[in-house]
Amino acid sequence: MAVPLLDVRDLSVAYLSEAGDVGAVDHVDLAVEAGEFVALVGESSCGKSTLVFAIARLLAPPAEQTGGTITFRGEDLVHLRGEALRHLRWRDYSVVMQSAMNALNPMKSLEAQFGDAMRAHEHVSRSAIRQRTVEVLRLVGIDPVHRQSYPHQLSGGMRQRAMIAMALLFSPSLILMDEPTSALDVVAQRSLMGQITQLQRELGFAVVFVTHDMSLVSHYSDRLVVMYAGQVVEAAPTATLFGRPLHPYSRGLFDAFPSIRGPRTRLTGIPGSPPDLRRPPAGCRFHPRCPVVMEACRTQAPRLADQDGTLVRCLRYPGSAAT
Amino acid sequence: MSFVVRRVGLFLVTLWAALTLNFLIPRLMPGDEATAVLAQFHGVNPAALHALEVEFGGTAGQNPLVAYVEYLGNVLTGQFGLTATRTPVIDVILQGLPWTLGLVGVTTVLAFVLGTVVGMVGAWRRGGWLDGLLSPLLFILTTFPVFFIALVLLYVMGVAWHWFPISSNYSLGSTPAPTLAFVWDVLAHAILPGATLVITTAGTWIFTMRNTMVTTLAEDYVRMARAKGLPSWRIMVDYAARNAILPNLTGFAMQLGFVLGGSILVEYTFSYPGLGYLFFTGTTNHDLPLQQALFLFYTLAVLVCVLLADLATAWLDPRTRGA
Amino acid sequence: MTTAVAVRDASDEPVPERGARAAAAGVARAVLRNRKATLGLLLLVVITVIAAVPSLLAPGDPKAAIYDQQVGPSLAHLLGTTQVGEDVFTQLIWGTRLTLVITVAVGVLVTAVSVLIGVTAAYVGGATDGALSLLTDVFLIIPTLPLLIVLSTYLEGSGTIAIIAVLTATGWAFSARQLRAQGLALRTRDFLEAARARGERRRYIIVAEILPNMLSLIVASFLGSATYTVATAAGLQFLGLGNSNDITWGTMLHYAQQNGALESGNPWWALAPGAAVAVLGTTFALLNYAFDEITNPALRPVRRGRPAA
Repeated sequence: MAVPLLDVRDLSVAYLSEAGDVGAVDHVDLAVEAGEFVALVGESSCGKSTLVFAIARLLAPPAEQTGGTITFRGEDLVHLRGEALRHLRWRDYSVVMQSAMNALNPMKSLEAQFGDAMRAHEHVSRSAIRQRTVEVLRLVGIDPVHRQSYPHQLSGGMRQRAMIAMALLFSPSLILMDEPTSALDVVAQRSLMGQITQLQRELGFAVVFVTHDMSLVSHYSDRLVVMYAGQVVEAAPTATLFGRPLHPYSRGLFDAFPSIRGPRTRLTGIPGSPPDLRRPPAGCRFHPRCPVVMEACRTQAPRLADQDGTLVRCLRYPGSAAT
Repeated sequence: MSFVVRRVGLFLVTLWAALTLNFLIPRLMPGDEATAVLAQFHGVNPAALHALEVEFGGTAGQNPLVAYVEYLGNVLTGQFGLTATRTPVIDVILQGLPWTLGLVGVTTVLAFVLGTVVGMVGAWRRGGWLDGLLSPLLFILTTFPVFFIALVLLYVMGVAWHWFPISSNYSLGSTPAPTLAFVWDVLAHAILPGATLVITTAGTWIFTMRNTMVTTLAEDYVRMARAKGLPSWRIMVDYAARNAILPNLTGFAMQLGFVLGGSILVEYTFSYPGLGYLFFTGTTNHDLPLQQALFLFYTLAVLVCVLLADLATAWLDPRTRGA
Repeated sequence: MTTAVAVRDASDEPVPERGARAAAAGVARAVLRNRKATLGLLLLVVITVIAAVPSLLAPGDPKAAIYDQQVGPSLAHLLGTTQVGEDVFTQLIWGTRLTLVITVAVGVLVTAVSVLIGVTAAYVGGATDGALSLLTDVFLIIPTLPLLIVLSTYLEGSGTIAIIAVLTATGWAFSARQLRAQGLALRTRDFLEAARARGERRRYIIVAEILPNMLSLIVASFLGSATYTVATAAGLQFLGLGNSNDITWGTMLHYAQQNGALESGNPWWALAPGAAVAVLGTTFALLNYAFDEITNPALRPVRRGRPAA
């Protein structure tokens, strides 16, 4: 099997505080192949955004990586510092954030912000900056006349697309997207998703897409990774997981989204709320909310085990119990 | 546009308020200071005497509204009456003006630059040695009264160590001439008062800058700048500092009133013959015409600076500029 | 925003009700744990004691001009003497009382005025708010010391009350603005709606419902005004305004400066009262910061981990 583009092993991230460290990401494995679209789904505070920022080496105090490795193109990303890390940034992988209104500098025009990124990595003339700006804006369907515009002058959808355009400046092989559609209305969301997948087909980059909206992303992703309370609880190719969700949490998530076609079923949510990560529940972290909880779940923490191509963390499946 | 109109409006209203205050004070204050003032001016140039009467309410039975209008007219034409020594107030003021302007102007600019840089670096390395040193140091500098710092500097550097002259703006006996020696003399005399002002003005500014920077550094667009691989100094200056200074510009200008007050005390301590020193001599001579005119000038200075800062903020922020 | 990690349950439990004694104990603990508060309180107590019973430390008469003129510190005169032969240390100790009285009086008055204006503007709203806000803005911009000098020159010889009056008249604007802002924020809160629905009179609502919630800001205003007053009052007296027959640290400074204490006489005559003013100002500033930190946990120092690349 080819070396994955991104190989995250056993990654743990914690928020340090005097009142007690909060383990936001707990021993997570994630592998992304070249050109793959991986969706990372889960409730708020399950650690998916923290995971992505850890991968992008964008954590800020009090968040800190407390364990694990991140390998990008075979290179260890964790111990890369200073100039070497800076060199990689944006050229090899880039980031798209949730709110473009906050992520774009309100005082600078699009071209100026694009130019900043370009000039940080190579000597470019103003005309080269202009040219590339026009190119990437066209790629995302923004009229190049807006290159001199300021973020507040664009609509919400255009701003998000501008952020994606910025992420494409160096045609990176991996783009990490943290809920890029959450700030948009449903129509704009669809449009943006379509744009992203089209660009992916054209340019061939891999995407790690963080979202809480499972139904939106499952039309576009190759693989789905479900997270809960800082851990991966299920991971499988999208079609497989969609057709046959194994983990009670994933099943709960699917049951919460109505389907336009298909039989009318009763909508159920998942009662309760995510645990306090300073003191996660003993045993399986999901057990307080699990509709099919067993006695063993309260004391035994399940491991991630392969179940016919699906990785699942649940004691109901063989292999998940610790030896 | 409406923003500009509003700020100019506030400028005019406050100016009018100060002028009216000046007009009302002699008439409302208990005691007979006002009449005493006028009493000393018998046998003087009738135009000047009349101006004083208009301002201080000497002419019995004069309709106050008429006097008010005339007073406003006088102010606009620079007719402020005479000082206790029978010289036109406006002449005395113009003599001291350049010295105060120079002293306060230069020190304010220096304090602004120094404060911005130190505040910026302190916030960037939050918790580092500079930040740790800053907090107690700033605390002391911003709570110690201006005149205390002036007295300490005067004693330590002027008297004990004989490093700098301790009074006046240039050596007794020398005549002003555009020679290097004279310029050097002036600078030497300005150092101690200047240092006092820089220290006290920069103190509050460093505090404000640091705190605003800390907030700005937590913004998404700063994280995005890191993600793009921009060098640290560029992020600090171009993405953080720029966005941090702007909202504080007006606050800095409003602080000017405080700075000007401090400059009065500093000029007194060092016998520096600027407008502030005139305030003091005016007190000894009960020279109300001079003092009231000075009050107007100081108010005007603050108003102009605040207005300029407001306009600069509006112009520099693309969000208000375009709209 | 993206990376928020929810640390508590979505259903926040309400803070359990505590008795008044428990609350007081909590306050005492908070004060003792905060270094600034402890230091500030200690200094304040010491200064207040000195102000109350000056004869304890300095049994002489501060105005007794019987010693050698402008000599430096010695065992007999810890801080030396003045131009006319008074003992500087005695003057410093005895001057504490008036200085402290002026500071506290102005602090209280300024707080009262700014509460009146700020809360009225916030709660009554409309044209009244517009007028009061304009008044506040005007007084905020007008430079204080120049105005103070003009007013004081008119009132020269009128004594301490005059100084207190003019300092109050020029110092209320800052706190008034802050109080108005908080008043506006509180105005729309539910408990006020409940009071209105019960049919309570406006005055009652302001006094019994709004003010207690603004208590922390009111205390902060007092501490802030006190800090500002210490230096400003001293500055005025330093320039020679204010009652020159009174003994305060400010008047000591004035006479010291007029008689060239620093250049050719007894420098401690000027440096000692100056330092005293600085210490008093610092005391109130310490209390102010400490009060802020205790009531607003967000301001407490951050623990710093390893810096990210």
